[in-house]
Amino acid sequence: MSPPPTRVAAATRPSCEGRGVDPARAANRSRAAPGSARAPDRGRPVIALLKRDLALAVRAGGGFGLGLAFFLIVVVLVPFGVGPQAEVLARIAPGILWVAALLSALLSLDRIFALDFEDGALPLLATSPLPLEAVALVKGLAHWITTGLPLTLAAPALGFLLNLDPAAYAFLLVSLAVGTPALSMIGTFGAALTVGLRRGGLLMSLLVLPLYIPTLIFGAEAVRRGADGASAATALVLQGGITLGTVALLPFATAAALRVNLR
Amino acid sequence: MSVWEYANPKKFIATTTPVLPWVMGGAAVTLTIGLVWGFFFTPDDYRQGSTVKIFYLHVPAAMMAINIWVMMLVTSLIWLIRRHHVSALAAKAAAPIGIVMTLIALFTGAVWGQPMWGTWWAWDPRLTSFLILFLFYLGYMALWTAIEDDDTAADLTSVLCLVGSVFALLSRYAVNFWNQGLHQGASLSLDAEENVADVFWYPALVCIAGFVLLSVGLVILRTQTEIRLRRARALQARMTG
Amino acid sequence: MIPDLGKYAVEVLSAYAVSILLVLGLVWISVRAARRARTWLETVERQKAGRDG
Repeated sequence: MSPPPTRVAAATRPSCEGRGVDPARAANRSRAAPGSARAPDRGRPVIALLKRDLALAVRAGGGFGLGLAFFLIVVVLVPFGVGPQAEVLARIAPGILWVAALLSALLSLDRIFALDFEDGALPLLATSPLPLEAVALVKGLAHWITTGLPLTLAAPALGFLLNLDPAAYAFLLVSLAVGTPALSMIGTFGAALTVGLRRGGLLMSLLVLPLYIPTLIFGAEAVRRGADGASAATALVLQGGITLGTVALLPFATAAALRVNLR
Repeated sequence: MSVWEYANPKKFIATTTPVLPWVMGGAAVTLTIGLVWGFFFTPDDYRQGSTVKIFYLHVPAAMMAINIWVMMLVTSLIWLIRRHHVSALAAKAAAPIGIVMTLIALFTGAVWGQPMWGTWWAWDPRLTSFLILFLFYLGYMALWTAIEDDDTAADLTSVLCLVGSVFALLSRYAVNFWNQGLHQGASLSLDAEENVADVFWYPALVCIAGFVLLSVGLVILRTQTEIRLRRARALQARMTG
Repeated sequence: MIPDLGKYAVEVLSAYAVSILLVLGLVWISVRAARRARTWLETVERQKAGRDG
């Protein structure tokens, strides 16, 4: 049972489970107070899908470590490009860290739907009891856990390399934590748009990078203001607004694009 | 009798074909009058010297760059809601016009900025917003060319246009937050306290009218082209298939 | 003929030249594409008519 053929098997799991829980669901309903017509328990397929995506990202040669390594390499390359002067590096550190995080998030986007599309798991997900919007949300969440979260945690360590101002570390951590979910959600949308294309990766970067501009501006601005000792609250609040907006609205666009591509 | 009648491709072509020469002719006449008036017969500004003449190109092009995106947004919505093919094709046809207008606005802005601000390119909020708009146009057009199936392409580009519009607007204000900028405020708005003097204002109005007519004419022409191409492709597929 | 543009002559003239070239290029491309699409559709329709008739 060691080979990784579990892609398809694992892929079918959420839908199987969705159908499989029918008895459990019935039991659930009978247990519920009579009269309260509760919706069927949708939490379990969500968790199953999330677990599957995380397992695939970590196990099947996924881009889990690759994104982090890319982040490290970009940050290491910058001093070679701009020179070793500490004050120059400290000035550009917030922007470099944000741009590097954005690029490494971009790197693993095409894996979100492409593999599922190739092996037929995506149509299965589309016919599962889970609404496609929820699938999109879970996919974005899984992408964030495997790229955004590690990037956020690794960023302070790389801040040392760029001589980041000590006052800015907390802001770097917070702004990345607040902003990277938006990167994942926007990226999921881009991945859904280009899922049917053979060489969609380059096109997807062209589509997604302009959408990243507001997040990048507020993220880097928050760190920069933190480093200068100014108030970063406005930037962080606006960034939080963008993140919440993308989480709330973009799954609908993502699901619409997926439905078109699955037609 | 409803406006949706014109969503019939045949009816659209039949209605627009007689109008088209008038629109294009009108565009040629107004543009010639406006630009010649602006270039030869307006005084120099006391501060900006002769560079003020660039505005007869810059302002109308910038207006059309935004208006065409708005038009694409509306036609995309119509396509998503009512599934009129002409609407989707009009959005496709308009994008290259929009990108050319954006390019003109960017270029004229840069050559104006060189003597005024002492630099070809400043990361001024308005200039930056137009650069971002240019990127959105690029992505939109790239998505159209990348997808083979016509209806899939129409659907996906429409969704991209909706999402892109929201993010373009967001970027517009995010950029403001990021850099306060050198660009002067909108100088042709009616409620501005200090407006442009009439000598500059009238030729600018004629130029705006010319750019509007030109854009409308080009959108009609290019939409007709797209309709004919699609029909020819469908007929050929039916004959060989 | 050309009005005195002062020290900004290069900027103003290049702005006009590039803009007019871009617009003319767009018009030319659109007209050429329109003409090609029309002749193509006509040949296809003639073929179809010939086959049907």
